[in-house]
Amino acid sequence: MGEAEPETEGPRIAAEARDRVRFEEEALALADQVYRVARRLVSTREEAEDLVQDTYGRAFRSWRSYTPGTNLRAWLLRILTNLNLDRGRKVQRSPDMQPIEEGDYYLANKMAEAQGEQALDQERVVEKLSQDSIVNALSSLPHDFRDTVVLVDIGEFSYADAAQILDIPIGTVMSRLHRGRRLLKQRLAEEAVS
Amino acid sequence: MSHGPCDACEELLQGYLDRELTDAEVAEAESHLGSCDYCRRRYRFEASLRQYVQTTAAERMPAGLMEKLTQLRSAGA
Repeated sequence: MGEAEPETEGPRIAAEARDRVRFEEEALALADQVYRVARRLVSTREEAEDLVQDTYGRAFRSWRSYTPGTNLRAWLLRILTNLNLDRGRKVQRSPDMQPIEEGDYYLANKMAEAQGEQALDQERVVEKLSQDSIVNALSSLPHDFRDTVVLVDIGEFSYADAAQILDIPIGTVMSRLHRGRRLLKQRLAEEAVS
Repeated sequence: MSHGPCDACEELLQGYLDRELTDAEVAEAESHLGSCDYCRRRYRFEASLRQYVQTTAAERMPAGLMEKLTQLRSAGA
């Protein structure tokens, strides 16, 4: 019959249990970093907490599909961004305006205009932007742009990792990042020099 | 002297900031930064902005979340 021999089954189960514990510990060690990204992908702290919990719930259930030695943080973020896409994302408003795109240096130019060219040499010039304005500007970005900017700028993922997490080509990561950052700076400039 | 919008360099300097350029492009970016005061100022600004966004937008995990996550473990703590 198909019943496994107890003397071979025992060690296999024990080895699997060890792998599972190791996986769970490694995943939990990344929770703070995962939360940081999650927090900027959704509007509220509660949503971020729910999203992270759902992510870990799913990760712990499907731990066997993780390949040891690969980027676990990227693997967790892939689950998280998919869950975020599934839940209510369609409900959230998606801006349909076609913003006038300014250059990369838009914010720098505006601040140089307002405070003088030399002011750009001061490290503290960016600190004129309040924490709220940065958080608001980030959350006002269209989702596709925001996801990419958050993964690369907050999560510090490479273009290649971000492409894998979002399941889009690297070229798309680069263009979304580029446009997303331009929009971000445009929004910050509106506030900084108003 | 070089002054005014240096549009062609903006994209190159973004890639330079992200450390995603090839060696040849890095050399090109650094050579340009060495000679263009306008871009050098803006590069420094972009670098400090990037750093500032990263620190201001980072929010630590709320107390209690780790406990909830640990409870989701099936292997037991």
